[in-house]
Parts: sequence; structure tokens; C-alpha cells
Amino acid sequence: MNSSPHLALNHISKAFPGVQALNDVSFDVQGGEVHALIGENGAGKSTLLKILSGAHQADSGTIVINGEETLIEDPRAARQKGIAIIYQELTLVPWLSTAHNLYLGRERQFGRGLLPIQHMNAMAREELEKIGIHLDPTVPVAELGVAEQQMVEIARALCENAQFLLMDEPTASLTDREIEILFERILALRKAGVAIVYISHRLEEIPRIADRVTVLRDGAVVHTGPVSEVTMSDLISKMVGRPISSHFPPRTPAKGREILKVEPPAGSFRSRPVTVHTGEVVGLAGLVGSGRTEWAWRVIGAAPSTGEHVFVDGKPVHITSPSKARELGIGMVPENRKDHGLVLMRTVRENVSMTILDRLVNWCGFINLNGQSQSCSYYVDRLGIRCSSDSVECNTLSGGNQQKVVLAKWLVRDCPIIIMDEPTRGIDVGTKFDMYNLINELSQGGKAIILISSDLPELMSMSDRIYVMHNGDFVAELDSRKTSQEEVMHFAFGYFNRT
Amino acid sequence: MNLSYSSLTRLLSRYGSIVMLAVLIVLMSFTSKEFLTVHNLTNVVRQVSIFAIIGTGMTFVIITAGIDLSVGSLLALTSCVAMTVIDETGIDYLGVLVGLVIGALAGAANGVVIARFKVPPFIATLAGLTVYRGSSLVITNGLPIIKLEGSFRFIGSGMIGGIPVPVIIMIIVVVVMQIVLSRTAFGAYVYAVGGNEEAARLSGIKVGWIKFWSYVLCGFLAGMSGMILMARLSSAQPAVGEGFELDAIAAVVLGGTSLMGGRGAVWSTLIGALVIGILNNGMNLMGVHTHYQLVAKGFLIVLAVLLDDYLKKRR
Repeated sequence: MNSSPHLALNHISKAFPGVQALNDVSFDVQGGEVHALIGENGAGKSTLLKILSGAHQADSGTIVINGEETLIEDPRAARQKGIAIIYQELTLVPWLSTAHNLYLGRERQFGRGLLPIQHMNAMAREELEKIGIHLDPTVPVAELGVAEQQMVEIARALCENAQFLLMDEPTASLTDREIEILFERILALRKAGVAIVYISHRLEEIPRIADRVTVLRDGAVVHTGPVSEVTMSDLISKMVGRPISSHFPPRTPAKGREILKVEPPAGSFRSRPVTVHTGEVVGLAGLVGSGRTEWAWRVIGAAPSTGEHVFVDGKPVHITSPSKARELGIGMVPENRKDHGLVLMRTVRENVSMTILDRLVNWCGFINLNGQSQSCSYYVDRLGIRCSSDSVECNTLSGGNQQKVVLAKWLVRDCPIIIMDEPTRGIDVGTKFDMYNLINELSQGGKAIILISSDLPELMSMSDRIYVMHNGDFVAELDSRKTSQEEVMHFAFGYFNRT
Repeated sequence: MNLSYSSLTRLLSRYGSIVMLAVLIVLMSFTSKEFLTVHNLTNVVRQVSIFAIIGTGMTFVIITAGIDLSVGSLLALTSCVAMTVIDETGIDYLGVLVGLVIGALAGAANGVVIARFKVPPFIATLAGLTVYRGSSLVITNGLPIIKLEGSFRFIGSGMIGGIPVPVIIMIIVVVVMQIVLSRTAFGAYVYAVGGNEEAARLSGIKVGWIKFWSYVLCGFLAGMSGMILMARLSSAQPAVGEGFELDAIAAVVLGGTSLMGGRGAVWSTLIGALVIGILNNGMNLMGVHTHYQLVAKGFLIVLAVLLDDYLKKRR
């Protein structure tokens, strides 16, 4: 028992003003095991992680590492005790080389004074090979893909002799192939005796990767046990506390007139025009990096146009900025809500009303505060945004609720065309389901929705038609009821001449 | 007990600058019996008015996550131009009007370079600092223009109901600008642009224009301070206002406005300016040599910001 690493949390409780974030949570993981931790946003997963990383202290309960009761005072102590956390947001320094990043903060081992770069690179290469990654350690990490950067993070954790690897949504921004590689590495680490805690919203990953699974709900453990003994629908109903008959609510298409048409730039032979009708949800499929987000940014004028011809209601328009797009009734829920969607340090109300202040002002620029709070609270209620009041800062909300705030910004504006870029990424199952219902409601109400998603089942169930993007071109237009996942992926990977 | 302690620290962190000011006032009134005299306090507030007005414009710029280093030079440029106009035409209010317009135009120039050509504010306004200083030297040939008579002097040394005119101007500026910041769409956009520029842009906010108008406002208010200073000194001096940008920035920061943008208020800048003003006055009353004053002020600014940080973390 002593030889194999073992980490246990016993009866941990933690309260923040107004919420009991964790309530008598017990949880353990041992070497050679992958323990999945799932739960809705706000269920307490991140608090648990923060306690393990030393960012927060538990109010009560104990942490036992390898049979010894310990305190984790700060992140440094966590690292010394062999706990490493791979966060959703990567913590590498972008313009330093991979080798520099691997040894960041521990350069002392190379002695004082100038760093022996060659020696360091050689050592870095060795460390990377050890976990089966073939990377040039001299390349700045900014030039690596997300998956590769994640590998560098993992390598860094391991060469600090981490025994416990805590991964927070590691697959959130990876392509399917990258996920395969990551899983391969995780399984190899498990075999090598590392104890792994795996947090994910992608339930289908759990049986593939995990040995045990723990479900958190409202800060308490509602289930712990071997993965082989539960089904996916069991897990879902445990997480949300109510059974969900199907992942996706049924859609009744309500296709109306053509409201948006985007023709490819002249001279682009492979790409086809994209049309969207009122009451329709159009999905954009493609691998990560196929150019869907970039296309959306060009359409709303947030990135320089490459010569697309845009027609709104049949009339040619020239969109040079997001404010022009807003005038024409096009709104976008961006992929990265924290960087592009919200002003985190401002309140929910300020964020929601940001798009309509021009309509809420009187002749001398004063905001109609009543109108502001009414329109905001209407959408806070309608979207079920969970916050104690709409005058709390957005950074106090959970990811799913933040996502709803971003959507509310465009609903309050009543934009007829809404582009949603990965609207359900990184949010919990319950909120996802809310989001699907909303999409259906909105399209039935006559809105035209462009849905960009890397989650194929989601894309196929939620949209009426699907365009597949490959290398910046729209290479296929498919009826989502008649196509199959295989067909979509075929186009997405660039095999056009199917036999 | 525990609860009241934590609510106390929360109160302290939100109104830390006020507490600082109160402590300073109490301390000063014990150390010097001259301090709490009407005459002395009037003097302090009159001095503070210039920094508070510049600081108000600076607050807007800093909330957009920018900075304006050119305001000190702008003080000189606007007063030199205004005084030249007064000298040539003999029409005092025309000179003052021109001074204010020059301030706004110089701010607009900063704004164009920053918002349109995307030059970092630090660099753009550093360039502005030398250009405006140079221009005032060119205009005046490096010599002060002195004019001991004229109705323009009223805005510097006049009194209305026993209150100095600069102080009245300052109060109006602070109140109006605080309302603009907290109640108008422009104010909301200023916070949004500073809090997350990209999110603001994608929400359809014309980020460039918001920045532009913030710099125009900052330049205009620097011009206004220039007019007050000119009136008080009864002269325009090309070398005046050197280092004023730093005092204005210090006032903003002492008030608790974040240099990272997105947070802050005008009223707190006024408090910050008062803290600096009383500090200067106090050291004068205690007979501290001006050279030591500079050193002490620097230390106190760092100390004050550290204290503020500490209180915020305790929250």
C-alpha cells in the first residue's frame, strides 16, 4: 500500500459567502487508476481542485497523502507533495521554448549563471520521449498545437515527480485525433503508476478512460463506484438529479425566408455559398482549425474580409465591423466567452445590456436605468441564469451561466441572425440541455441560427442543415436527417470523391 | 465579532482612500495648528483643484486601460496659446476658449494616433509630451508671458461666496464627469472597453471612438487646468506643468482605480488628489525641504497602494 501513491480527501467541507460549495465530500485516488470526477457546473468540482492545489483551504475535513495527514497551504506545497494540475487554460509561457517551459522555475538544477541551453534541450527531449511525445524542445510553445501544449504541461508535471495528475477538461479544445493521442498517453501514465483524476463534461469519454467515477451534485458526492457498474444515462440522471429521456430535445423545423447568404470569394472553386433561413438552425461542421470560427469573425466584420459576398434579406451588404453587423441584426456568441464574450469584472446587468445601450439612452446620453434592469432581469429569468442578483460581477458565475449571459446579450438586442460558436463547450449537461431547448425555441420564434460545434451528435441533432468545412472551404451541404456522422467526418477530413 | 471584523475590512477596502484621507487630516490637525485654518484649507483645495481636474480626465483614460502622459505639457501649451491670444486680441474669454479648444484638439490628436493607428497609449502620449512641450517653447520663444491685469484672472484667484473659483470649477467637473461615467452609455462603454476590449468590440461597441473621446476629454480637462493655472500665475510659462501627469496618475491610483482598466471612479480620484494635496501641504507646514518631499511622496504612494491591495485581498 505504501509503495503505491494514494490521495484521499476525507469529509471535506468548504463554504463561500452564500453557498456551501462542498459538503462532507470524501474522495480518493490511487496509483495506476484513473478516477473520473463529473458534475454540473457549480457542483463543486473546481472548488475541490482548488483545495487540492492549495488555492483554497477546506473549512473542515482532512487530506491524506500516502497515509499521512497533510495540509496544502499553497500551490507550491501542492507541487512538493506531488500534486500537479493540468488546467483547461494552459499555463505555459508562449514565447519561451518547450525546454524553457519544462524547467520554468527550476532552472537552479542547471547551476547558477547562464543556462546550459544545449544540455537543457537534450534533457527536455529525453523527458518528452519518456512519455512518448516527439517534439523539438527548442520550438516556442506558441507554435505548438493545443494538444501538444497540453503534453508539454503533462511532461512538466511529471518531471517534477508528480504522483497525482489532476486534469480539468483536458479534451475541451482538442480534435478527435488529438483526444486519441491524449488517451493513449493517459493510459500509459496509468500503467506507470500515476494516480489520475480526470474531470470532463464529455460523458462518452468516461467508460473509455476511467476506472472509477465520482459524481458531484450541489457540493456533495452522490455516487462513487467502478465505471463498469453504471450506464451513461445513470450518470446523467445522478448529475442533474432528474432523468433526461434523450440527450437532445426534438426539433420541429420552421423554415421561412432566406435571411442571410454568404458567397465565397471570387476564385474559390471548391467552396459553396452558405444560406440561412428564418426559423432554421444551420450547423457548421469541421475539424478544429478548419476555419469555421475565422469565417464567422469575417462575416460579422471582426476580422478582415477575404472577399466573401454577404447578403442580408437578399440585399448585398458590406460589413466592416461588428457594430455594422449589429445594425444589420447579426449577433455572435463567440467561442471563448472569457476572452471575447464577457467583461468579467463588470456586472451581469452591464454585460447583458451592453448591446442595447444605444437604444436605452435619452437625447443626452443618459441610460434609462429602469429599462436596463427590466430587460436584463427578463432574460436572466428566461434563460435561468443562476446568480444572486444581476449586479454581481460575471466572474463569480459558473461557466454555463456565463455562457447564458453572452447569449442574453444578443437576445436582448433581438437580433434575427445569431451565430453561436461552440455554445455548449465546457458547460454541464443540465445547462447544455437548457441551451438546446433555447436554440429550438429561438428558431421556432423565427430566428436564424448558425451553430458551430465540434460535437457531432449535438450538431446533427440540433441543426436542420449542415455545411462541412475543410481547409477554409465549405465543401459539402448536407441534410442532417439524411446524413450520418461518418459522412460528415468524411468531408471534414477532406475525402470528397466518395465511392 | 468575526463578522463585524470582516465587514470592517470590506468597508475599508471599498472606501480605503477616504479612510486614508481622514487619517491624514486627523494626523495633520494634531501636528500643526495652522493646518485646520480656513486660510490653509482653502489654499490646499485650490491647489488640489488643478490635479483633480486633470485626474478626472486621466480617470477616463485609465479606465479604458490607457494612459495619458502628455497632460503636463498640455497645461503649458494651452496656457501659452491662450495667453498669446489674449495678448494679441485683448479679448480674455476668447483666449480661454482657444485654450480649451487646443486642449481638446491635442487630446484628439493623441486619440487618433492611439485609436486609429493603434500606437500603444504610453508611446503615443510620451510623444505628445515632447511635442506639446516643444510647441509651447516654440510659441513663446522659451520666455514666459506675464500679464498681471485682465478679467481672465478671475478663474484663478476669484471667489464666489467665499469659495475659490477653481474649487467651484473642480466640483462641477467632478460631479458632472462622475455622472457621465456612471449614468451614460459612454461611461458604460468606457468600462467595457477597459474591462475587455475584444468583448466590447464583438458586442458592436465602436471601441476606437470610445478611446478617442476619452483622450479628447482628458486633453480638454488638461486645457481647463491650464487656464486655471495661467490665471493663478497671471502668466503663461512654457516650462509649467512638468511632472503634473505623474501627480494626476498618482491621484487616480491612490483613489483605487486600476491601471489594468475596467474599474474606477471619478470621485475616488478627487479623494486621491486631496490625499496628495494634504500630504504636500503637511510637509510644507512641518518645514520639510521640497527635495525630501519628493522622496517621501514616492514612498507614500507605494505604501498607500500596497495597503489598498492588502485590504482588497482581505475581502
